[in-house]
Amino acid sequence: MTRSTPFRPSRRGFLSSTGMTLLVASIAGAKAAEHSGTLPWKPFAALPPQPLPGGRWYVFTADEARMVEAIVDRLIPADDLSIGGKEAGCATFIDRQLAGSYGSSERLYTQGPFLPGLPTQGYQGAEAPVARYRAGLAALAQHVRAQFAGKSFTDLAPADQDKVLADFDAGKVAYPAAAGFFNLLLQNTMEGFFADPIYGGNKDMAGWKLLGFPGARYDYRDYVTAHNQPFPLPPLSIAGRPEWKVGSK
Amino acid sequence: MVKKLPRKDVVIVGLGWTGAILAHELTDAGLDVVAIERGPWRDTATDFNVAYAPDELRYAIRKDLFLQPAQEAMTMRNNISQTALPMRDYGSFLPGTGVGGAGTHWNGHTWRFFPSDFVLKTHLTERYGAGRIADLTVQDWGVTYDELENSFDRFEYLAGISGKAGNLNGKIEAGGNPFEGPRSREYPLPPMQMTYAPTLFAEAARSIGLHPFPTPSANLSKAYVNPLGIAMGQCTFCGFCERFGCANYSKSSAHTTILPVLMRKSNFEARTECEVLKVDLAPDGKTAKGVTYVDVTGELCEQPADIVLLNAYGLHNVRLMLLSKIGTPYDPATGTGTVGRNYAYQTNASTQVFFEGKNFNPFIAAGALGQTVDDYNGDAFDHAALDFVGGAGINCIPTNGRPIAYRPTPPGTPRWGSAWKKAAKENYGNTLTFSSQGSSYAARGNYLDLDPTYKDRFGRPLLRMTFDFPDNDIRMSNWVSDRMQQIATALGGKQAVVGRTRKGWNSVPYQSTHNTGGAIMGTDPNTSAVNRHLQSWDVPNVFVVGASAFPQNAGKNPTGPVGALAFWAADAIRNHYLKNPGKLVQA
Repeated sequence: MTRSTPFRPSRRGFLSSTGMTLLVASIAGAKAAEHSGTLPWKPFAALPPQPLPGGRWYVFTADEARMVEAIVDRLIPADDLSIGGKEAGCATFIDRQLAGSYGSSERLYTQGPFLPGLPTQGYQGAEAPVARYRAGLAALAQHVRAQFAGKSFTDLAPADQDKVLADFDAGKVAYPAAAGFFNLLLQNTMEGFFADPIYGGNKDMAGWKLLGFPGARYDYRDYVTAHNQPFPLPPLSIAGRPEWKVGSK
Repeated sequence: MVKKLPRKDVVIVGLGWTGAILAHELTDAGLDVVAIERGPWRDTATDFNVAYAPDELRYAIRKDLFLQPAQEAMTMRNNISQTALPMRDYGSFLPGTGVGGAGTHWNGHTWRFFPSDFVLKTHLTERYGAGRIADLTVQDWGVTYDELENSFDRFEYLAGISGKAGNLNGKIEAGGNPFEGPRSREYPLPPMQMTYAPTLFAEAARSIGLHPFPTPSANLSKAYVNPLGIAMGQCTFCGFCERFGCANYSKSSAHTTILPVLMRKSNFEARTECEVLKVDLAPDGKTAKGVTYVDVTGELCEQPADIVLLNAYGLHNVRLMLLSKIGTPYDPATGTGTVGRNYAYQTNASTQVFFEGKNFNPFIAAGALGQTVDDYNGDAFDHAALDFVGGAGINCIPTNGRPIAYRPTPPGTPRWGSAWKKAAKENYGNTLTFSSQGSSYAARGNYLDLDPTYKDRFGRPLLRMTFDFPDNDIRMSNWVSDRMQQIATALGGKQAVVGRTRKGWNSVPYQSTHNTGGAIMGTDPNTSAVNRHLQSWDVPNVFVVGASAFPQNAGKNPTGPVGALAFWAADAIRNHYLKNPGKLVQA
């Protein structure tokens, strides 16, 4: 006789970082989590990742989105090795991450007091990523206007865009909101280029093809002792490969 | 209102490796056992589903399976002159949560510490004189390797460890670790098949006179049925091991080795998403009455029990003792007190060797698939002419090629732009990484206590960590880095970058989830929190099991000794405590 009633309300808060809280309804009514006499199991009880529909920005304004697309296209420029960050969907990826628990830091420790810390103590700001993006992008826009006669970042030539980003990278931009913002942006851009395509970036697994990473394959037993040989199979997403989709040619 | 629940024989706090082992042993002894786990229920088929398990962003970067700081954070500082601040996100180490605990997302390196490690203070004093360890507070464990051998053996056979013995009953075996203590029998499974990088590493190490051997692994080299009758599958080298649950039933954990049997017992119950707030003591402070916890609905519950077992992650065991006022908190100013004493960590450094024209295929990997050199670990080598004690294992265990985190490039490479992209592509399959995992020896200023400022969501003080690498350990690690340079030179390649440990432990970059000490075992109640049977000196019906019991840490992963200590404590309870409840050791 089982008294098992496995359900997980707290997983919504604590476990679903990449699941999008915007779209996930909460389960109400469950009470106990007692398990005895059998191994609890329920089909589909866990939380598979839930891709957000495209065609819109969830967090960024239109101006912010244009700026982020221009930035990610300089951090990961299109060249003969791969498509660029914009086409790969890095801005889309970041927007969708910001729309979930990552953007609000809801899983992190966000109680005060907020005191200036040592580098060994990590980020001690009160602002979650959404607020850091908002303020960081505003600082970047203001910096560009001041340096380039009122222009916006998207108006600049690629070489000037690179110069602006290099100044941010080097900490040469004095706005308080700029501190640490470049590292956040760079980290999230790389996440977008190399995460599974289900999260909106890494279009056609371009990031994985660049490196030769085969993705979500789960069995390499036939290749483990094929020392120093190129791996022969193309990459695979959690969602499969494009040609597996119904209607593809 | 507090809900008072019916009495149980045993209440266990935390259902990971040690909680599951003790629950199994004590239910076998006929006791009525409840385990209280603050994280969710988890099982392979649903929670580590192969269809979406290989998701680097979700599990490795956003850390889906780990304890979230919103639930419990900790504060840190490097020394008492600093103000501790909360680690708002976990970085340097990643505690687990949920059924299976940190044993869910470990890599699976499964060691026995050296015999000398268990009598460290005595051994080093005899060999080098007391002056050599004057700056350290290292201690003996109170239990010897020989006494623990059977417990190590039981844990390895429970888990189906893949490896090659180096010392069988005192006879040195070719192909194994010649520096290990004697084993009573071979590993249950042979070593895993080797990938390319560890194979090259072993050749290079052997060419300069070292003794590489396959790292003992809880990723199974073959299908296995353990002594409980639970079947596991062969590891498929998926490269999604550490930070992930295994979708393949081929990484040993409570899920794959104990729970299918434990959960069917009528005298066992698991309560998940229930967080223990404290151990309830009788007014005299010398007997535990049970525990108080908050259940999944937020209701406060009292669970009375005759025996209370703290089986949470080591750091959380220490915090629960402090919150419950079990034992005397350690005071670094006087060096007195026991709870929080001798917190230690791991002293690591890594090396990258960049090649051209290789196909290392770093994605063909498993958490514990690789080669280890123990020639410079512990006291396997003579320290007479050296200015430190301790040592490090040198490990070539490439666990994955997951590209958000693994994109090695030589120093000086830009972090973005076309030049970065070219370097990332060139070096992804051309880089061999190996690392030193060094001992962490206890020092007077490194300890755990309760933070005076920061609270958890229930208003309880957070645990405060005060830690920096002792000078001895810095000297040790740098000396081992010089040895890594020799191996790197033997490997060839176009460039080698050898890492160096420096003062100022940084809580941000990931280093190791091998936090030890704080509730250490020993023979003297003035310098240890628990006796040699893991029983609290102060509250004898409380046992505290985990790496919290290590008096200092060795240059090896802790799970093997942690599993052995769980069997060791279970034996003490079954064979001694139940017959005569009370203090098992008279101080």
